[in-house]
Amino acid sequence: MIDNEDCVEIDVTRLVVRKRGAGKPLLILHDELGFPGWMQWNDVLGESREQIVPLQPGFGHSEHLDWLRDYRDLAAYYARFVRQLGAPVDVIGFSAGGYLAAEMAAIDPGLFDKIALVGPLGVRPAHGEIYDFLAVTARTHVAATVSKQDAPEFSKIYGGKMGPEQFMLFEAARAETSRLGWQPFMFDPSLPALLKGVTNETLIIRGTDDLICPLGCVEAYESALPNATISSIEGVGHRPEIEDPDAFIRLVRNFLS
Amino acid sequence: MLIGYFTEQPYRGITEEQVLKHGSYFGISNSNFDRQLGSDLYNEYLDEFCYAEDLGFDAVCLNEHHGNPFCMSACLNISAAVLARITQKVKLLLIGNPLPAHGNPLRVAEELAQIDLTSRGRVISGWVRGSGPEQFFNNKNPSFNREMFEEAHDFILQAWTKPGPWRYEGKHFHYRHVNPWALPYQEPHPPTMIPGVLSLETVEWAADRNYPYLGLASSLGPTAELWEMYADRVATHGFQAGPENFGYLGMVAVGDTEEEAVELAKYFLFAHGNRLFARAEHTLPAGFNSEGAIKRLSSQASGGWLGLNREKIMGENLGKKDLTDDDLQIARSEIDAALQKMRDNYQIIAGTPEQVKERIETILRVARPGHFVFMNVQGDAGKDRRRKNMRLISEHVIPHMRKLAEELDLPSQYQVKPGSRQLASGQSRTRVTYPEILQDLEVA
Repeated sequence: MIDNEDCVEIDVTRLVVRKRGAGKPLLILHDELGFPGWMQWNDVLGESREQIVPLQPGFGHSEHLDWLRDYRDLAAYYARFVRQLGAPVDVIGFSAGGYLAAEMAAIDPGLFDKIALVGPLGVRPAHGEIYDFLAVTARTHVAATVSKQDAPEFSKIYGGKMGPEQFMLFEAARAETSRLGWQPFMFDPSLPALLKGVTNETLIIRGTDDLICPLGCVEAYESALPNATISSIEGVGHRPEIEDPDAFIRLVRNFLS
Repeated sequence: MLIGYFTEQPYRGITEEQVLKHGSYFGISNSNFDRQLGSDLYNEYLDEFCYAEDLGFDAVCLNEHHGNPFCMSACLNISAAVLARITQKVKLLLIGNPLPAHGNPLRVAEELAQIDLTSRGRVISGWVRGSGPEQFFNNKNPSFNREMFEEAHDFILQAWTKPGPWRYEGKHFHYRHVNPWALPYQEPHPPTMIPGVLSLETVEWAADRNYPYLGLASSLGPTAELWEMYADRVATHGFQAGPENFGYLGMVAVGDTEEEAVELAKYFLFAHGNRLFARAEHTLPAGFNSEGAIKRLSSQASGGWLGLNREKIMGENLGKKDLTDDDLQIARSEIDAALQKMRDNYQIIAGTPEQVKERIETILRVARPGHFVFMNVQGDAGKDRRRKNMRLISEHVIPHMRKLAEELDLPSQYQVKPGSRQLASGQSRTRVTYPEILQDLEVA
């Protein structure tokens, strides 16, 4: 299976992109803690899709871009990347990556074909609050993302003692997230109004035990997007893709097929 | 030498148990605030600053924190404005205005100008980034803290010195009409002083501007090391640093007997003192510190600034906890041990007047500051004990320090302007501290 890391030049900037698999392109937008590496669900989808994961500026080896001030800035920057890639593409965005996908769609719905949002942040919850993960330590933040800490893939990537290198990566990711999403915290007040014009087929996936993204958030998305449906996965938290990969894969495969 | 008096203005209506149970001062519910007591304390602290003037201190020092019973002073410019009118000659040393937290540097420029005018030129205007909890309380993005601080500082200096009206479009601040009518009494603007706790970035920033750096009760050995780094930096700009570039804030408790002084000194560590100022998640919000600073803090096995260390930074939130009597006993033993350690490394000075004079003499000989600030105790030590401490310092310690400052040639920034000692081309700087004295005294 092809697995590589490219540097894509967008104007004078360089965006690091991880790729895996072959087939119709699928853009994957990682969450606020960064790309966790290829998981089981990637192995399965990689059989029929080329998965393309840009590493957000300031995360991993992607250069920090000082002029980025909010998720809409980032969305406009990523829109250029998708146009270079060849729009439209299917997209799946996780948490802050879902926020980013929604902002991109609001800027230009033609960037995407189908849109999957997993525990997406980005809109003011109809009720409840987005969990303030910047007011807790990195370890507490990571732990809050799952309801099943013993899920095999979670244990594999985040279990055990956190090493200094991993801690610094988390802190860099959290610092970038703070730059873009500190206030209002991880939502854009004008996004729901702009999403009214996004008619793409959209699937919103949420774990029923999600602590980070409240039910009110996905409900707000559902009422803003004209063609969206919500699918819940029972008994999992904010990372259904690693807490219950089988259920997650079923939903995503059906949706993208 | 300029000698100042400082208190965090602690709220005295909470118990150690409340703080220990909560795990920090920051975040204790304001349902515990007693309005009558608060009113009494604000007035008492203002009176205390007047008393400091009566006792012969050269400066009264004000700071601010937010939402925190550790420090009731939430708006230092308000206290400074009152003191500008009700005191006569003490300098108003502000350590300092947390510029990112204020978020409106033009307003700060106006406030400080008004205070400087009212006091007829007694303001020493310090600037700070603010601590982590200030970012949460004021909802200021920690990732922009340092750049907001620097931009606000540069803007204020311009607002005071560049004739208006003019327009300003910066990165974080934007003004259509910059023309503060009242300008500071002191021309071109008040002198400054930058407080810090061993932050290399802050030291370099201060040194680049020849701003005197005030070490906040940091261990004497590392303080001396840092001041040499400051002097190195100043030398790159062609200047020799001197005592006028340095200040030291010491936690000092004086008693008629050593036992009395040590009992009083325990209040510096009331509920662990600044170690429980805030929990790790509030002290170090993501983006607040540079990558280098986080690396340094996360490699620190124990102790550390505001009690931070590897375990706390990389661990889970500690949260509230129920304390048993045994837990409280352990906490008190830890506080006693910490007090001894801090006395040993000169962070806390406690003793009879003679003992305190000797210890402070060592600080002056090692670090050679031109400014020294006495900090009074935390917790609920009570008015009489606080004032007795001030009186004993004034009667016994300060006269000795003034004599010593003459002998050791320790001018303040009012006697020698920082940055006025120019190095000739190719001339190396001379040392500014003498830490070998500590080795002779077998101080770690």
